Amino acid sequence: MGIDLPVIWALIIAFGLMMYVVMDGFDLGIGILFPFIHDRIDRDTMVNTVAPVWDGNETWLVLGGAALMGAFPLAYSVLLSALYIPLVFMLVGLILRGVAFEFRFKADEAHRPLWDKAFAFGSYLATFCQGVALGAFINGFRVSESTYDGGSFDWLTPFSLFTGTSLIAAYALLGSTWLIMKTEGALQRRFQSMARPIIFAVLIAIVVVSLWTPATHPDVAARWFSFPNIILFSPVPVLVVITTIAIQHLVKNDTHAAPFGLALFLLFLGYTGLAISLWPNIIPPAISIREAAGPPESMGFTLVGALFVIPFILGYTAMSYYVFRGKVKTGEGYH
Amino acid sequence: MQAIGLWLLRKDTVYLQLYHFWSHIFAVNFAMGVVSGLVMAYQFGTNWSHYSAFAGGITGPLLSYEVLTAFFLEAGFLGVMLFGWKKVGPGLHFFSTMMVAAGTLISATWILASNSWMQTPQGFEVINGRVVPVDWLKVIFNPSFPYRLAHMTVAAYLATALFVGASGAWHLLKRHDTPAVRTMLSMAMWLVLIVAPVQIAVGDAHGLMTREHQPAKIAAIEGHWESKPGESVPLILFGWPDMAAETTRYAVEVPHLGSLVLTHSWNGQIAGLKDFAPQDRPDSTIVFWTFRIMVGLGFLMVLLGAWSAWVRWHRVLFKSRHFLRFAVAMGPTGLIAILAGWITTEVGRQPWVVYGVMRTKDAVSNHSALELSVTLIVFVVLYTAVFGTGIRYLLKLAAKGPGPLDGHFPEPAPADGRPARPLSAVGDRLDTAIALESKRS
Repeated sequence: MGIDLPVIWALIIAFGLMMYVVMDGFDLGIGILFPFIHDRIDRDTMVNTVAPVWDGNETWLVLGGAALMGAFPLAYSVLLSALYIPLVFMLVGLILRGVAFEFRFKADEAHRPLWDKAFAFGSYLATFCQGVALGAFINGFRVSESTYDGGSFDWLTPFSLFTGTSLIAAYALLGSTWLIMKTEGALQRRFQSMARPIIFAVLIAIVVVSLWTPATHPDVAARWFSFPNIILFSPVPVLVVITTIAIQHLVKNDTHAAPFGLALFLLFLGYTGLAISLWPNIIPPAISIREAAGPPESMGFTLVGALFVIPFILGYTAMSYYVFRGKVKTGEGYH
Repeated sequence: MQAIGLWLLRKDTVYLQLYHFWSHIFAVNFAMGVVSGLVMAYQFGTNWSHYSAFAGGITGPLLSYEVLTAFFLEAGFLGVMLFGWKKVGPGLHFFSTMMVAAGTLISATWILASNSWMQTPQGFEVINGRVVPVDWLKVIFNPSFPYRLAHMTVAAYLATALFVGASGAWHLLKRHDTPAVRTMLSMAMWLVLIVAPVQIAVGDAHGLMTREHQPAKIAAIEGHWESKPGESVPLILFGWPDMAAETTRYAVEVPHLGSLVLTHSWNGQIAGLKDFAPQDRPDSTIVFWTFRIMVGLGFLMVLLGAWSAWVRWHRVLFKSRHFLRFAVAMGPTGLIAILAGWITTEVGRQPWVVYGVMRTKDAVSNHSALELSVTLIVFVVLYTAVFGTGIRYLLKLAAKGPGPLDGHFPEPAPADGRPARPLSAVGDRLDTAIALESKRS
């Protein structure tokens, strides 16, 4: 058969996950920046910039989960049960911020601060848990006889706590550059000044993770530093440095899309770094996408629907971002 | 689900007002569905890891199709139905509304196919300790699927009609008598009158299918322990099935009726619980009662339909206060019956998660009791808060009633005509609606 189903599905899921990180990243980032902005009208403006799109963004996460189960049942069962606690609290965070997002517009003045707090808290919780899950994923899982064999708290390591905190910084960067693009005036200037320390924090996080990972994972180190890989991978760190400098410079001057575009690119680089470190393993450190793949009958069946619907979704998503392009003015809501 | 019933009915220009009123309520439900749908895609892996490793090859694709369909639905939904009234004209708007209705139905179809396959599995082989689909048509169109789909779809219509009818009746009782309110009640009651008996027929067919494929479930539902040769099966109206003593205590029986209902013959026999090993028996105490709650409410719905026909005949449909009070009381029963029905079918298939193939105890992840209880409590608290607020808001919206078309239009209509998210289709604030309500009463 000419079609390599596990690879296609791994790419689809990786793509879906990236879409999720990119798109929900900036709207979670808005929740992360919430505690630093106190004015009610400013907060409304911030939320209004993502109001039309946030729940569509979250659907990528649902699709990722369902597709993982359909294509790689083994990976789905091992990863999700190993990450039970962080994932449950991620869901709690997402639900909390989701409903807070909706209800804060409907609440009266007395209850609004409560929903605002829930929105910010949920955003932090969900982001932190995602970062922790990511760290635990890089660390790998103990598996025996196709079952997760580790303890309930194996995910809890200094490394995963660090990746959790790092992701908060990364999403805050996406959020602040998104808001630079979507707002204007005094509010925009606040995000411009806020973005600079955040970029610095993100850079530090990237450097630390890039040193910590090979230091504790000999197989990753071997892959990175062996010849010719070291030449092939070398553009990644160089691009990271160039990108951060460029963002630093641009947030001062460019008040439009460029900082956000570069922040996305930075995240994409980090994602690429992760992918080249772990490929083709889907349950690090040892189980590859082929070993974890479901029956070809299942993969093929779902692929038909996915190939039909995903282009449609992408088109629709692009269209809705196009419709909502431009600055959101203070007081202009969809409500 | 709740909304399916509405679309087909609301498309006369006279009904525009009502259509917009109820599409707001649909929007609230939809928003709550988005967040809770997230949990399901992950729970299979977090809590049922052995099940998903074993049967993910079938459940996964079905679930993926559900999500893909829901994506479709959301695209059409956000774009046109709620916000695009002024942009696209009635024809296209009507079409997109139909698309949303169809999307909801198709989305539900995938989930029900997945559940039905677990109840009556076929079209697969077990190779190397995991399920491999052999024939997808057989997997999807498994024996219990058509019945479950029909039963659930009709239940959704019925629950919607009961809720709509109850809000109409409530407004009439509060002397808030407008043509829109009257239409609301009248249409809902027509629907109940026709659909409630249909549901009983569908349920009966569903029962016959279950007797064939899941006999232990039927025995547990009926609290029936053993059939002696040549003896007909009585119908136990009430009683207390005692699993330990293997008997149904305090049984109030009607002779032959059990045979009549379950086999459609005077002396037909069904399997008794004692025909199954003790570890293969579902908990009869629970399903006996949840089933009776569902069926009891079902007959009350038929009664409501009949009563509505009676008062309509006597031209006091909008006046008879006894009838209106009954209609209000019946408002939540559709939902309660749906829940009772699901408990019956899910508890009734125990101890199996894939019927006859995998036991529930073999399907769960290896989490400690502490982990499970903490996460359970977190979800209970969270869901109570979220759905509590959601339902409160819904009731307030319903209490406010359909308004005039202008000012209450679903288009928040900012200058550049940008649409927004589902819930922003609803203009009302959480807390002002109640003020309106108290002013009126």
